This record gives sequence, structure tokens and C-alpha cells, in this order.
Amino acid sequence: MTYEKHHFAAALAVVEDLAPALRLSLRVKPAHSATLGQALGLDLPTRVGARVAAGGTEALCLGPDEWLLTAPEGTDLATPARAVYADAPHSLVDISDREISLRLSGPAVLDLLAACCPRNVAAMPVGTAARTVFDSATVILWRDGPADFRMDIWRSFAPHVRALLAQVQGELAAGL
Amino acid sequence: MLLIHCPYCEDSLPELEFAYAGEAHIARPADPSTLSDEEWRDFLFIRTNARGPHYERWRHISCGRFFNALRDTVSDRFLMTYKAGQPRPQLNEAAE
Ligand SMILES: [Zn+2]
Repeated sequence: MTYEKHHFAAALAVVEDLAPALRLSLRVKPAHSATLGQALGLDLPTRVGARVAAGGTEALCLGPDEWLLTAPEGTDLATPARAVYADAPHSLVDISDREISLRLSGPAVLDLLAACCPRNVAAMPVGTAARTVFDSATVILWRDGPADFRMDIWRSFAPHVRALLAQVQGELAAGL
Repeated sequence: MLLIHCPYCEDSLPELEFAYAGEAHIARPADPSTLSDEEWRDFLFIRTNARGPHYERWRHISCGRFFNALRDTVSDRFLMTYKAGQPRPQLNEAAE
């Protein structure tokens, strides 16, 4: 009985590793973002935290002149961007290896995040994302569903974040 | 937890996402080499150290932007925040 209860509780919040993906940091003046979006085949969102996806590529607006582009590994976004460089000067940097991504899900995932995120994660609309902090480590938190999140963590902070997540999972499993 | 309104994210968010960045509206001299030692010292180090409403810079980690705030240093209440580059608002504007 005790074992079964523990087993059930362990699924309250699930932490999984996600496969590596292409990540690009795009910096471009707002006046040129439409030109660049056209070249990349999506409308770059202009509201901070908004996301747009098209053809396997997803763009997240991180700031007024900063976007994060994600796509399957091997996608070539540099060539179409380079083609419009003269009209829309920009910086496009491959940061794929800078972060690792985790998928966080389960009925208690909000409690798991609230343990270390000062932001009101429950109030984040589904389909948005935010650069925020997880116990002072900078992370990007994507809300894909009411109880379904992704978290991009700078590689060197990952052991710290993983250890905290494991500790909170343990506390949730113990019913704390 | 103190909530700070970011003028770029247009949302009030926890202070842990923000970093203080000193007094606002201190323009770097256009030609530093023409300044006297005293003037350069004043630019680098002399601040108003206000007791009460204080114009100051903050940076928000989410949008990566610096912006300005008017904060009461006695009560720690943020009277208003505004985008970098905007003129210094008057105190009565903040009260509205
Ligand atoms: Zn912001």
C-alpha cells in the first residue's frame, strides 16, 4: 500500500530530457523584423513572451529586438536570413549547445515550478514563454499546456537545477 | 515579494527578475577629455542619494532591457516606470 502510494505520487511531476534541437538567437531592429520574418517563413511576434510556429520553426519574442528561433537539428535558417541581410541587418547566432531542455509535466508541475520560480507560473497563458529565473539561474520557460512545460537551462546551471527539481519531486512524492 | 512593472513586457513581475543599475539620467559627457578632474569625478561618483523619490535604472532579465523607475527610497514604493530614453517625468506626473 505504501509502495503504491509512493509510486502514484512519483508521477505528480515528471522531469524528462528533450532531444537536442537547433536554437538560434536573433537580434534585429523592430523596423526590420517583418522583412526577416518573411525570409524565415513566419511572422515574428512583437509582444514579449509571444510565440509563433510555422513549418517546424518556432519563434519566441524575448525582447523588443530579440527572438529565439527553434527548429529540428539540421534546419537551415541562416541561408534565407543571409539573403535579406542588406535590407534587414541582423545578428543570427547558433546557441544550440548553450542550453539543455527539459520537459516538465504532471498534475503537480505548477507546485514543482513554484518551489523555485518567483514568477506566477500559474498565470502564464498556455502557448507563451518567458525568460525568467529558477533559483537565480536564468531559464526560458515554455508553457505548452495547462500542466505541460519546457525549460531551457544554461548548460552550466543544469546540475543545480536538476538537483533542485529532484529534491522538490521527492518532497511532492512525500506529500509535503 | 515586491512587484515591478516592466514597461517593455507591460506586466508587473517579481523583483527577483530585476537588477538595480544605479541612478538614471546621468549622461556620459560627449567629450570626456575636455573635463576637469572634478567634473569627471562628479560624473563618475557623485550621486543625489535622494531620501524620497529617486530616478533610477533597472534591468529586466526577461526582456533584457534597461528602463527607468521613480522609486521612493523611504517606502520602497515604485511610483512609476518608463522606457529608457524617455524624458524624466515630473513628480506630479507620477502621482496621476
Ligand atoms: Zn521586461
